[in-house]
Amino acid sequence: MAKMHIVLRVNNREVETLAEPRMLLIHLLREQLGITGPHIGCDTSHCGACSVDMNGKSVKSCTVFAVQAHGAEIITVEGLAGADGSLHPLQEAFREHHGLQCGFCTPGMIIRAYRLLQENPRPSETEIRQGIAGNLCRCTGYLTIVRAIRAAAERMANAKEAAE
Amino acid sequence: MIPAPFAYHRPRSVDEALGLLRQYGEGARVVAGGHSLIPMMKLRLAQPEYLVDLQDLEELRGIRSEPDAVMIGAMTTQHELINSALLAANCPIIGETSLQIADPQVRYCGTLGGNVANGDPGNDMPAVMLALGAKYRLKRQRDEREIAARDFYHGAFSRALQPDEILVSVRIPMPVAGHGYAYEKQKRKVGDYATAAAAVVLTMSGGTCISAAIALTNVADTPLLAGDAADAVIGTALDEAAIDEAVRRARAAANPSADAHGPVEFRRHVAGVMVRRALMRAKERAL
Repeated sequence: MAKMHIVLRVNNREVETLAEPRMLLIHLLREQLGITGPHIGCDTSHCGACSVDMNGKSVKSCTVFAVQAHGAEIITVEGLAGADGSLHPLQEAFREHHGLQCGFCTPGMIIRAYRLLQENPRPSETEIRQGIAGNLCRCTGYLTIVRAIRAAAERMANAKEAAE
Repeated sequence: MIPAPFAYHRPRSVDEALGLLRQYGEGARVVAGGHSLIPMMKLRLAQPEYLVDLQDLEELRGIRSEPDAVMIGAMTTQHELINSALLAANCPIIGETSLQIADPQVRYCGTLGGNVANGDPGNDMPAVMLALGAKYRLKRQRDEREIAARDFYHGAFSRALQPDEILVSVRIPMPVAGHGYAYEKQKRKVGDYATAAAAVVLTMSGGTCISAAIALTNVADTPLLAGDAADAVIGTALDEAAIDEAVRRARAAANPSADAHGPVEFRRHVAGVMVRRALMRAKERAL
């Protein structure tokens, strides 16, 4: 099938490329654009390792075609750190609180948590657990993942209040 | 997993989408949120030649109330249903059910229209639509019709939807203020389809149940309206004996098959448990 011309923004950078309609967004990101933060875990929209932020929604990029992302704004874990390399508060908190063991689920966890905190800046522990219900950690390290997200939420909300 | 090749279209209007379906016939499939169809395509259980993506059709989005009904556009996502103040105030079973579908990522994409029109017996919304007495508005070129949800489902993935038709909206008769409701779902893990689930909508007056509808998810090849079970509680105080009888009748109506969710007897048992819990919770909530 003929490739289609698509234009999208990925991590604040315009990307123009050709994609076969059946190409999944995760393959476009990883294989064509070299953005390997989003991982392929289950490839069946269960595990959330491939999560990216698309038009302000957390989505599983193994279940979206690249052509569907034509015109979209995408953020992956690579897009969170500052231009100077400074870590995002979520990334800092995951490091401080040991929010990862093997690290495979981490990019998905962090990008999902990013959207969760945009929508709900001070979530309860239950809200965090429900909010990351679509992300599996096979090391079962949820306790510290939840702790890291809480700590990041606290820091981000306080910084925002101080700035206002 | 890579799907079979297809041609992709993203129409800018419903009319354009209907034209594409007309043109391509049975080789075409519409994609809404994609979280049922795309996994099927990856497994090559579905191999459409033409994929018609409805994502740009703003006219199919939104929730609004009319004097006697709530109208929901087919492309309204489960995430939007959960966050709708209008639904929370008038028809809260929709939000309660949406929260039990899949997981947050899937709910940002998954739509009401996709969930009710897909035809998978595991979808949660169809039973809720049966219980609410919803109607589906279907459109094709130069033609439009409305069909009751209760007449829509014929078998697994078999429903009253022509290849050139699109479900555009769902119309829910305005539930009585103070009605009781519950959607109870038993599943093995987050994101799973139900082992069995039950939707209940009822009204109480002076301690007596004056109307009730009970519908079941994933215990037959279609969603089931358990009319006999509802009849067992109408006119009662929803006391233990009435609920026992409704549970007995719902179990008799259930016709599950054995699969990864468990053997037939277990799934029928769970259906009864879900009906019991949903009736009790709906009773507590009814004013």
